[in-house]
Amino acid sequence: MKLTKKLMVAAMAVVWAMPASAQTEIEWWHAFTGRLGELLAKQVEDFNASQSDYKVVATHKGNYSETLNAGIAAFRAGEQPHILQVFEVGTATMMAAGGAIKPVYEVMAEAGAEFDPESYLAAVAGYYTTTDGDMLSLPYNSSTPVLYLNQDALQAAGLDPQARPKTWPEVEEILKALKASGHECPLTTAWQSWVHLENFSAYHDVPFASKENGFSALDTELRFNGELQVTHIGKMGEWAKDGLFIYSGRRNEGGARFRSGECALFTESSAGYAGVKAEAQFPFTVTNLPYWEAGGAPQNTIIGGASLWVMTGHSPEEYKAVAAFLSFLSTSGVQAAWHQNTGYLPITTAAYEQTKSEGFYDANPGTDIAIIQMTGKAPTANSKGLRLGSFDQIRGIIDEELEAVWSGNKTAQEALDAAVERGNQLLRRFERANQ
Amino acid sequence: MEKRVTFSHKALPYLLVAPQLVITFVFFLWPASQAIWQSLFLPDPFGLSSEFVGLENFRFLFGDRYYLESFTTTAIFSLAVTALSMSSALLLAVMADRVIRGATAYKTLLIWPYAVAPAIAGVMWLFMFNPSIGLIAYYLKFLGYNWNHVLNGGEAMFLVVVAASWKQISYNFLFFLAGLQAIPKSLIEAAAIDGAGRTYRFWTIIFPLLSPTTFFLLVVNIVYAFFETFGIIHTVTAGGPERSTTILVYKIYADGFVGQDLGSSAAQSVILMVVVAILTVVQFRFIERRVHY
Repeated sequence: MKLTKKLMVAAMAVVWAMPASAQTEIEWWHAFTGRLGELLAKQVEDFNASQSDYKVVATHKGNYSETLNAGIAAFRAGEQPHILQVFEVGTATMMAAGGAIKPVYEVMAEAGAEFDPESYLAAVAGYYTTTDGDMLSLPYNSSTPVLYLNQDALQAAGLDPQARPKTWPEVEEILKALKASGHECPLTTAWQSWVHLENFSAYHDVPFASKENGFSALDTELRFNGELQVTHIGKMGEWAKDGLFIYSGRRNEGGARFRSGECALFTESSAGYAGVKAEAQFPFTVTNLPYWEAGGAPQNTIIGGASLWVMTGHSPEEYKAVAAFLSFLSTSGVQAAWHQNTGYLPITTAAYEQTKSEGFYDANPGTDIAIIQMTGKAPTANSKGLRLGSFDQIRGIIDEELEAVWSGNKTAQEALDAAVERGNQLLRRFERANQ
Repeated sequence: MEKRVTFSHKALPYLLVAPQLVITFVFFLWPASQAIWQSLFLPDPFGLSSEFVGLENFRFLFGDRYYLESFTTTAIFSLAVTALSMSSALLLAVMADRVIRGATAYKTLLIWPYAVAPAIAGVMWLFMFNPSIGLIAYYLKFLGYNWNHVLNGGEAMFLVVVAASWKQISYNFLFFLAGLQAIPKSLIEAAAIDGAGRTYRFWTIIFPLLSPTTFFLLVVNIVYAFFETFGIIHTVTAGGPERSTTILVYKIYADGFVGQDLGSSAAQSVILMVVVAILTVVQFRFIERRVHY
């Protein structure tokens, strides 16, 4: 009797102890839903099935801002996940939080994982790398803005349906012709600040902010009220007044209007490709973001999207699991599939080469535009990316001021001056809080 | 003679009010004091370091022209929501009070919107007025009016006011209806016999007798418009276009949870707390005098 009891206790102890000793579980908080969420879940599933030592548990925490917030709140409560997906706008916030993050290069080195920073695309990884070349977070989903054109709409206006306008003056001609033919929405955009100010500045090789757009120091100041930016925004304001440019909203509300055929031209992330391809009932062209023949254009555009940050406060064993998972995500097979399914850029050169050799770009014209546009030239101090504190809020300010231009309440100069002044106040507060 | 209840034990009364006091302390006083304390600091988002800055967060706010503008926006929004939701509710209550057949069905239907979460209410109205796919926007275009609240501040304000009021009408309706049914029928009948018309009876008898209800709802509705409309603003306009629908409580969210500027956010909460306290005191001192109980 006594013996059976002892045996039972021992058996139960074994059963309970087994999962703990067999698998290290790590948490990954992310911001993806829908198709992207499914693809992400697939990656996790594949990783969990590929080995038996580690288990990744992915949890959706809302949109980008909400996910970052959840991570911050969890850190304050000591309940932070191992991996947090943070959008590129939150990069400076994460970098400044030295005590909360564990740099990716460190995680990899401590785990003894194979890690070659050189294998990552410089234009993508550069955004998340210190000036000393240390990669702080792993690029996960990165995209860059491109121009989409509805071929049917061009044809209906008597234009060449295969037109690939390179510059804004060429685009303007198309917009006027569309308008003259009675088109109600010649051009719309998604993410106005990202496309028409942040990428615009990099593409024309003019500063968005001082100190290499914030890369070299915290005491950076906004500079996007320069002559070129004012000219471009002023021109767009004119187009808005003449009904050539239709404002749809601060995020990607314009996407539905392009996909339904309501709007003819659309500046949007290259990652919008999957959605357009799935829904558009018309042939479309993807081409380079247009530029003005001024400044250093065309330089290179910069990325948007998110990267994976590893948070402090976990055990070495768990960091080993994190390293294994990040290595898995960086393999060219995983990356090539991700790139081809989503329209996001591949993060390694190997994945790009693999996609090319598989003939994917020939079968899907336009899908390589983003990568060529980003990597065509070596980045300058103005086109490496942006690293600004409180940037989510600064984007909100830019949105407000741009809306004043589109509605005709302010001139481009007034609006951009106001945005710079208000944004600088926030940068100073951020600088003080993070000293 | 008046009957007096006395407690034989001195501790008993305190014991009896203790649960209420505990709730007040845990859910109101403690968080409020935390907000006041935090408003004196400039912390980094992760709470790794925090600098004591005294009243600087407040100075920063009052030096910000855009923050001061949002007071005006809030005043317009709150007054419009209160006026619209109370007047529509009163109208509906007066009409429902007259209905004899199927009264319960009407009442139940009118109460439904209250059960809808603010964010959902916002999305519903947004769908109807969406410039490219909204049904109402489509009909307006048909009539020659180009609706675009994405760029027109006045239209955006109109939309959030309607959405916020719609949700509050049910609540007001319930109280107005109860108030109407408590008015003695004999008074109204007497006036009718004296030859007072329907409108005259309403303004001279019913409306004054409803004043306690109206006053209570006024206070509740202003507090609602100040604090509880966040979800609607967030889903419908996100404070835009420009800053035309950025009310104080929305700015607290935006600065605190988007900007991670917890010091400024806490300072704004304290200011909002003071504003609502002042408003409530004013309402009780000046408007309550005109209320007949």
